[in-house]
Amino acid sequence: MNTAAQQVWNEGNRNANARALQRRRFTIDPITRLEGHGKIEIFLDDQGDVEHAYLQIPELRGFEVFSRGRPAEDMPQITSRICGVCPTAHHMAATKALDDLFQVEPPPAARKIRELVYNAFMIEDHALHVYLLGGPDFIVGPDAPKEQRNVVGVVQKVGIEVGKKVISMRRRLRELIAYFGGKVIHPVLGLPGGVYDGLLRVVDFEGKEYAKFAARQYADFIAEHVETWSYVKFCYLKPLGWHGFEESATGSIYAVAPLARLNVAEGMATPNAQKAYEEFFSILGAKPVHHTLANHWARIVEMIYAAERMLELVNDPEITHRKIREIPKAKPRSGIGVVEAPRGTLFHHFETDDQGLITKANLIVATQNNAARIAMSVDKAARGLIKKGQINEGLLNMVEMAFRAYDPCFGCATHALPGHVPLQVNIYDRKRRLLRQLIQS
Amino acid sequence: MSASKPKVAFYWCASCGGCDEAIVDLAEDILGVVDAVDIVMWPCAMDFKRADLESMPDKSIVATLLNGAIRSSEQEEMARLLRRKSQYLLAYGACAQLGGIPGLANQFSREDLLNYIYEAAPTVVNESKIRPQLETEEKGHPLSLPELRGMVRALDQVVEVDYYVPGCPPTPQITKAAVGALLQGKLPAKGSVLAPDIALCDQCPRKATKPADVKFTGFKRPHLTETDPNECLLAQGILCMGPATRGGCEALCPRGGMPCTGCFGPTSRVRDQGAKMLSSICANMAAKEEKEIAQVLVGIPDPVGTFYRYGLPKSLLRRKVSLDYS
Repeated sequence: MNTAAQQVWNEGNRNANARALQRRRFTIDPITRLEGHGKIEIFLDDQGDVEHAYLQIPELRGFEVFSRGRPAEDMPQITSRICGVCPTAHHMAATKALDDLFQVEPPPAARKIRELVYNAFMIEDHALHVYLLGGPDFIVGPDAPKEQRNVVGVVQKVGIEVGKKVISMRRRLRELIAYFGGKVIHPVLGLPGGVYDGLLRVVDFEGKEYAKFAARQYADFIAEHVETWSYVKFCYLKPLGWHGFEESATGSIYAVAPLARLNVAEGMATPNAQKAYEEFFSILGAKPVHHTLANHWARIVEMIYAAERMLELVNDPEITHRKIREIPKAKPRSGIGVVEAPRGTLFHHFETDDQGLITKANLIVATQNNAARIAMSVDKAARGLIKKGQINEGLLNMVEMAFRAYDPCFGCATHALPGHVPLQVNIYDRKRRLLRQLIQS
Repeated sequence: MSASKPKVAFYWCASCGGCDEAIVDLAEDILGVVDAVDIVMWPCAMDFKRADLESMPDKSIVATLLNGAIRSSEQEEMARLLRRKSQYLLAYGACAQLGGIPGLANQFSREDLLNYIYEAAPTVVNESKIRPQLETEEKGHPLSLPELRGMVRALDQVVEVDYYVPGCPPTPQITKAAVGALLQGKLPAKGSVLAPDIALCDQCPRKATKPADVKFTGFKRPHLTETDPNECLLAQGILCMGPATRGGCEALCPRGGMPCTGCFGPTSRVRDQGAKMLSSICANMAAKEEKEIAQVLVGIPDPVGTFYRYGLPKSLLRRKVSLDYS
């Protein structure tokens, strides 16, 4: 940089810092590269360090309420509209709740078709995160210009051939889901007739088993806490009680999603996934792994498993058996279904009258399980990254990376250098109009 | 970003993200879209913020494809902001066009909603009955949340809309055709729905077996019935919204063995999709006595959810009388 540019640069820095100190409040609105809405409010103290950062969820649609009076068999299609990125997860959780509600076990071929569809979904959904949502931070760079820090930048970086390969792989997986499910966004295949074959396992900070419970017992273990400043409810382990947003070995706030799953699993059921699992833990050290950003890696391990499991399923002669329905005969009353969605454990709980019309619905969605951790990780990342009022777009994006990984971001908070020279400074006035932009050459 | 490329924005309100996935589902074709336009807003996939949008000159965006219904004060503000910045505003998907599945909430009051979600739901522990507040102070920091309005509205109940792209979600074909029409300037009359103006039955592979004069003697619920994969679902006594619904999806659900639930909304000749379907059922009811008719209706236990699953906010029914607009 020449002297004149340096002066402009320094002046820009001084102005930006002065304004930051004056305002002591920064807003990231909306947070981006995720499914759903949110904003982050960052409050600074007199020194320009972070007092607190809040991730707020600004909306509510109320599916549990407007499910009332609807026929239970419509739930797989209605609840899939909670999320169009992971509709298959809601569709399957509701379908399994219906199996339970109508006390019917689907024939083996039906279960295998469901599992095949679900694994295809697991791969394409994780791939969406790797290439479109979370991946650009790593592939293009956390502080790359925002015009490039996205899927377009990813394609530029990896080359059009690789880009096309990924796009084509995702398209074909989604065509497969549409083939079995009628539609890929909001599928229509699920009718009552599966069972959840497993227990939910919770391990503590050291990896020791804390609890193991069946889907039916979910309300004994999980509770939801309400805050005034967000429309999202924060889940915690009910027996331990709510103690606020506290990071401690004995706390009641827990984690779900890929990293948590690898941490509670004894291993993977397919050979290449098992190898990847062993590599994951041998490189990252002792199990459980607590590095939040390791979620991105864990996602890849799960993709390998899903691909291998798909191969097993399509080669299973039973999957083409013609019997794929079991018509329910029992009187419905109450049904609980749970799946491991890409973003974590997902519960659907329905109660009905004799006609099978919903009288009560309760849904605990994957991200809600992680909501308290996400709030804490955003706060922690902001504290670790923003010092002395030095804020730039790249740093703010790194704060966002904390929620993108779905866990506290120890990686960001401990590895970024506070006060390092920003690549780009945006100076806003009080009304958040862009006054000036300085970019380091 | 080049100055010469037309600017396009994607935005979401009360939605599920499925409409954004539908854009991603353009798959290989999205590369062509990215070459042809500058995307200036797309929260699902890109990092442009509200401030970026606010700093743009009015009408500088050629087209905004907005999905989702309008439930909150913030969504209202964003809809107005995007309207101001855009030459064309498209209601993209069933929620923006008709209110969508979130619009079913208009059967319940806001208080019902808040009370259940934050107090009465079985897993909530909230002895002091805390609710999210529009203005609150947390550890000395003032925080605010948008207000949830008393009802869910479609986009054109809040701002003027130029075109509609139907579906829950719109299919890649419909999306491609809409984007193509926009870029080539080959747009139909303002207010048009950018999809074929034909009934879904006309695209359904089961159409050949649709009886000329169907006589309904009862309706069966899909989970209690084994259906024939080729025969018209209505002829099998499964309530299918095909006759009252616009085509364009190539009959995905009936091909997948399930009835149409009406997500593409009505054709241009129909004012109210639910009323159209009801009148068609009434006209073809085999039963004439009230008692027999009541027996047939047992097979339709949730008329609002059946006939207005995607269109309650835009329907003639609209809302519960006691609900307020604010």
